Amino acid sequence: MAGLATVFGSGAMTNSLAEIENNDALFVIGSNTKENHPIVALRMIKAVRKGAKLIIADPRRVPLVRFAHLWLQQRPGTDVALLNGMMHVILNDGLTDSAFIAERTEGFDENFRKNIGECTPESAEKITGVPKEKIVEAARIYARAERAGIYYTMGITQHSHGTDNVLSIANLALMTGNLGKESSGVNPLRGQNNVQGATDMGCLPNLFPGYQRVTVPAVRRKFEELWGVKLPEHEGLMANGMLDAALEGKLKALYIMGENPVLSDPDMSHTKKALSSLDFLVVQDIFMTETAALAHVVLPATSFAEKVGTFTNTERRVQRVRRVVDAPGLAMKDSHIIMELSGRMGYSMPYHHTEEVFQEIGKAWPAMAGISYSRLDEEGGLQWPCPTADHPGTPFLFKNGFPRGKAAFSMVQYTPSIEQPDAEYPFTLTTGRMLFQYHGGSMTRRVAPIEQVAGEPYIEINPEDARDLAVTNGTVVTVASRQGSLTVKAQVSARPGRGVVFIPFHFREAAANVLTSSKGLDPICRIPSLKVTAVRIEKT
Amino acid sequence: MSSQPIEIKVCLGTSGSAAGGEEVLRMFQHRISEQGIEAQIGRRCTPKKVGCRGFCSRDVLVDIIRDGNKTTYQSVTPIMVERIVQDHIVGGTAIAEWTVTDEYASFHEKQHKIVLGPCGEIDPESIDEYIAMQGYLAARKAMTRMTPDDVIDEVVRSGLRGRGGSGFLTGEKWKVCRREEQHPKYIICNVGEVNRPLAEGNPHAIIEGLLIGGYAICASKGYLYIRERYHRSVERLRIAIEQAREKGFIGPNVFGTGFDFEIEFSFGTEAFICGEETALMESIEGKRAMPRVRPPFPAVQGLWGKPTVINNAETFSNIPIIIGRGGEWFSSIGTKESKGTKVFTLSGKVRNNGLVEIPMGMSFRDIVYGIGGGIEGDKALKAIQVGGPSGGIIPTSMLDLGLDYENLAKVGSIVGSGGMVVFDEDDCIVSVTKFYMEFLQRESCGKCTPCRVGTRRMLELLTKITEGTGGDEDLRTLERLSGVMAATSLCGLGRSAPNPFLTSFSHFKDEYLAHIRDRKCPAGVCTALIIFSVNEEQCKGCGLCKRVCPAKAIAGEVKKIHLIDPDRCIKCGACFRACKFKAIKKQ
Amino acid sequence: MEKLKNIISLTIDGQRITVQSGTTILAAARKLDISIPVLCHHPKLTATGACRVCIVEVNGIPVTSCTTAAEEGMEVITASPYIENLRRDIIDLILSDHPYDCMVCERAGSCELQELAYKYQIRTPVFRGERRIYPKRDGNPFIERDMEKCILCGRCVKVCDEVQGVGAIDYAYKGFQTKICPPFERDLSCEFCGQCITVCPTGALVSKPSLGKGRQQDIRKVATICPYCGCGCNLTLHAHKNEVIRTSSPKDSINEGWLCVKGKFGLSFINSPDRLKTPLVRKNGVLVEASWEEAFTYTADRLKQIRDTRGPDAIGGLSSARCTNEENYLFQKFLRAAVGTNNVDHCARY
Ligand SMILES: Cc1cc2nc3c(=O)[nH]c(=O)nc-3n(C[C@H](O)[C@H](O)[C@H](O)COP(=O)(O)O)c2cc1C
Ligand code: SF4
Ligand code: SF4
Repeated sequence: MAGLATVFGSGAMTNSLAEIENNDALFVIGSNTKENHPIVALRMIKAVRKGAKLIIADPRRVPLVRFAHLWLQQRPGTDVALLNGMMHVILNDGLTDSAFIAERTEGFDENFRKNIGECTPESAEKITGVPKEKIVEAARIYARAERAGIYYTMGITQHSHGTDNVLSIANLALMTGNLGKESSGVNPLRGQNNVQGATDMGCLPNLFPGYQRVTVPAVRRKFEELWGVKLPEHEGLMANGMLDAALEGKLKALYIMGENPVLSDPDMSHTKKALSSLDFLVVQDIFMTETAALAHVVLPATSFAEKVGTFTNTERRVQRVRRVVDAPGLAMKDSHIIMELSGRMGYSMPYHHTEEVFQEIGKAWPAMAGISYSRLDEEGGLQWPCPTADHPGTPFLFKNGFPRGKAAFSMVQYTPSIEQPDAEYPFTLTTGRMLFQYHGGSMTRRVAPIEQVAGEPYIEINPEDARDLAVTNGTVVTVASRQGSLTVKAQVSARPGRGVVFIPFHFREAAANVLTSSKGLDPICRIPSLKVTAVRIEKT
Repeated sequence: MSSQPIEIKVCLGTSGSAAGGEEVLRMFQHRISEQGIEAQIGRRCTPKKVGCRGFCSRDVLVDIIRDGNKTTYQSVTPIMVERIVQDHIVGGTAIAEWTVTDEYASFHEKQHKIVLGPCGEIDPESIDEYIAMQGYLAARKAMTRMTPDDVIDEVVRSGLRGRGGSGFLTGEKWKVCRREEQHPKYIICNVGEVNRPLAEGNPHAIIEGLLIGGYAICASKGYLYIRERYHRSVERLRIAIEQAREKGFIGPNVFGTGFDFEIEFSFGTEAFICGEETALMESIEGKRAMPRVRPPFPAVQGLWGKPTVINNAETFSNIPIIIGRGGEWFSSIGTKESKGTKVFTLSGKVRNNGLVEIPMGMSFRDIVYGIGGGIEGDKALKAIQVGGPSGGIIPTSMLDLGLDYENLAKVGSIVGSGGMVVFDEDDCIVSVTKFYMEFLQRESCGKCTPCRVGTRRMLELLTKITEGTGGDEDLRTLERLSGVMAATSLCGLGRSAPNPFLTSFSHFKDEYLAHIRDRKCPAGVCTALIIFSVNEEQCKGCGLCKRVCPAKAIAGEVKKIHLIDPDRCIKCGACFRACKFKAIKKQ
Repeated sequence: MEKLKNIISLTIDGQRITVQSGTTILAAARKLDISIPVLCHHPKLTATGACRVCIVEVNGIPVTSCTTAAEEGMEVITASPYIENLRRDIIDLILSDHPYDCMVCERAGSCELQELAYKYQIRTPVFRGERRIYPKRDGNPFIERDMEKCILCGRCVKVCDEVQGVGAIDYAYKGFQTKICPPFERDLSCEFCGQCITVCPTGALVSKPSLGKGRQQDIRKVATICPYCGCGCNLTLHAHKNEVIRTSSPKDSINEGWLCVKGKFGLSFINSPDRLKTPLVRKNGVLVEASWEEAFTYTADRLKQIRDTRGPDAIGGLSSARCTNEENYLFQKFLRAAVGTNNVDHCARY
């Protein structure tokens, strides 16, 4: 998100899901939409059926490729080269939107153009493995479309240079004026139901709710006033920073609410070691997860079906969550747990009803001030910014300008991923999700029919590689990386290209994150490079 | 070499081939070359294949044209070839006992062969022969001297109506499609079962008609929709397309006019519904053949969603004639609302089975007794079924009705694509109706409720009646079902499916009631309703019946009267047919 | 001017209405609140025109209102005795080939066919006859396919192709035996989104895991949001007593009523026996059950102690992308205001 925030001054999907069907061109990069965001994919299919052109860039032949006009199979981690190559074509062909560039952007200068000028489709082909004709065609389809939208997910961000990828994408959209209008934009698709909300709510070490910096005194004063307490002045640690600090003995206690980093974070042994070195670990969850098993205190919480509140989806739409059933046993609402603990820590949070919390959010962040439970009940959902009670919400951002004034082009150069295959680890592993399972599997793996059809981990291996390895469907192989190793059944599949293998990360019995590295962090976002890990494969 | 060559025309239509035409032709070629006949008589002899000339019940038909005299042999088999060659070709004397009888003349006399004319005369695999009889002149005229609108006007003037079923005015259909602004447009020729003789006998006429139609609506592509199983038709059409392409009649820039036109085959599946135009388009698009809802009509939104004209092969065959001789001329044939001629396959109990072309308005009497030569075995005519499986059943009392679109509609039938079946006194009308319903319910595409379930229910009720378990209320239910199906089915199949019942019930109500009230089948067809017994006075005790009975239901000693055990009798009728003394009664 | 050309005026049951050209008679009638029964029509799918129950009378001729576009000056009668009788008979025909087992049918109470049988009061069909009998049931774990109850409306085929882009099922055979099934009648093997269940008007397609778990009238329905990916699909959870037994989704939601396998079938974890039910506190190296009082006291004491001895920045918090906005807000507020640190993050922000 830092990437987008740098460019525009705010980071979220710029446009709405419903607008997708009216796109003229869709550029889907690093997103297995049909499996990970199935309902978004339906809109994309609808757009295609209405005549839109769909371009997909993905190292794997993801299911949506079936609907695509063009599929670019770039090598994992070479997105910047691909994007720069496309921009080169757009510049050369004069397909830029000069009026938009002049009025609404900055940084489209000599240096920027020179950098792009050097990234010819030929050089891009060498790096990405995508034939230059396809790069040219993709660039032209995207740039010539009246309304073109870009969609991406973890395939773009989970890299040692994830921020570069995002900046590059933003450059492409800015160059062609595909921002601030309907059915276009730069659209990160959020992988979990309320990532957007958790981010909006300031569960970030540098930002208060509503993307307000903790280091800005005026902002801090506002929150001190609202909360009636003195607040810390410096930024805190990011998630992986906390783990490192724990290992270094600087962080002593960790309170984890509803997450399972042991399975979802890279380099499992590193994560476990860090968590075990804490003096005090509290885990609040609905299941006994791998992380909870390490805790000193485990607090039974409620699932989404047992509480009220709001979620904010990937298109910034705030929607109501309602209670359906009673929580099991003594399980308690997360908010009650937090309030109770807070009180006992000497800071009382006297809310009588969840809506009071929601109202306070509106006070803290003007963009949500116009939203109330009663409006949500009546109108079904509202997209922030929605500053006043009569504001209809904002389906697409930046219609009247960017929060930071002018959007900035950034010069981005291709840098190879930190994890490079070599003689010892000749394959590139990428990880991801499958349609039937979700994340660490604590929910889906407890659903019997899902387990019946998709209950087993596997590694996708290209047929040619499989032949070289003398591996067939179902052969058990050992996969080893510089971090660790696991055994898993092979699934011979034409989805990945040669030299690329894929493991879904849902399965604790073959946890892909045993293999991934926690080192190759993005310098700005500190995102781990989950999508590129060098591995070796052997028959067991 | 003295005079003209001797022409030998062997009918190689579907029926001719089935009767062994290929063999006969080969035998002629073989004999002529092996025995050096040409040298012997000093003239060229050219055996060739021609299409069907209709008189299929006497196939293989062979014409020998010697010095301008045509002699037609009927029922020719390979062993007869030797003598024909020796006596007729070499010797010059026709073999009278093998030539066709007067029937052949009367069969042809009353017909009016416009589209069938060249069939049986020219070699269908030779474009030169087609061109020699002014082929492709009409197309050239249309494209070089007429605008597309002129062509359409001419077709409108002719009054030509679709020969595939509903009888929609062809010119009007073209006009609607021509008006559409969307491009590309398509034109489709529906080559059905009854069109096979046309495709085999004169394929170029179809191609030329399609070409002219394509020009008139500005289509870029024509499709020939045909079942792959009709090998001979496909083959001849394929040859015709190739030849026409070689001559530049199809392909880019036809006749130098800048008009580009391509023709492609599309092979249908084995299903009756594939003849329905929208199902046919689904089928060309590679989907399951199920009719689409209308509107939008194909002329507006047809194949691949583009404006499309679809016509029957016979309709297209008429086009070159209309453009060539003028719409005015064409409209002089036929009746007020139904112009031109119609091709039928005449079958059933009529003496001369075969392919006939009659001017619109001809009476059924002329067709059955004139062309058809009357009923086999001089039995009594009972009914005529016209219009294919979902046509109507016309009783003897309407023999003088003239066959055209209006009259048939009036009596609850349709012209259809060209089937005509004749029934005699031995046919049970309820069974006949059941037979058609059986076919229709099997061929229903299953898409819409009234047809899918309705045809099945009608079949069940008709079956009940033929089995003697029907009641008066079943007739009311049948009528009610007919009403729902006709009014609400999605396509023509379901809408017309009640026709056989409705028409037969209105004209043969007594026969239905006999089945229901008296538990009797007057024609003695419905096995459940007949009893076989021995007429004791006539039985000579020969024992033949006992021997042929497959159910061992007959007992009796030699020279003594035999008896049939009704409980064992399976009503196969073997004894009835076997008894030489007509001693078995069927009641 | 251009605009005016596209406006059409017609009368339906004597009421005048103007609509955009291209509007179907059905849509126009619905604007007037005139209800016309349908079985194959579905607002999110292209027209099929298969069931024929939506017929209305135009110039004395029955036409299907779901496929016929309104025309200028058209006079439509939606429920003349003639039309009502035809309609009744069509429904009768469907029922004549339908198992009469509403008493055990999962769809009872929300079945569109049952509704019409009730409306037209068809107890036993006039058109009686043979019924299709299909012995084989599909072995997939999600979708119960009982093709004897299928009325061949074709909605499932269309939704699978047009909306889901999968095309797992199609028509097979013809005539009375026409049937909808996967190729070669194999067991269904698809994305199991359950879109076909959503659109099926009858009990032919129902959720297998829900079988026998609760009747329509005993169910509470609550609107909420899916807990899985970020699409934010709207869910209607069907609860029987304290168990979530089924999921549906409102048609007019951002997800247009469509769900994926996880939203449709993946929620039984809520009632999983594995759910944590009591607080656990580690004693002598093992986690043992504790009271809330004990857990709270212990936790607060430990955190206070660490804060007091090592400073607030020795404490951190990781929050959850699966919790609500309110909970996330409280969580960061807790760390910032109660603990006094900015060490707060959430694992899934990337
Ligand atoms: C069930 C059904 C079967 C049909 N079969 C044929 C057929 O075999 N051949 C044919 O030309 N038309 C057939 N038709 C009629 C066609 O749908 C269509 O009307 C015709 O091809 C149009 O050509 P025309 O206008 O030249 O008659 C059939 C119609 C129905 C409803
Ligand atoms: S009438 Fe019969 S053949 Fe025609 S669409 Fe309906 S079911 Fe299919
Ligand atoms: S299964 Fe249901 S949706 Fe599919 S055709 Fe049958 S009744 Fe219609």
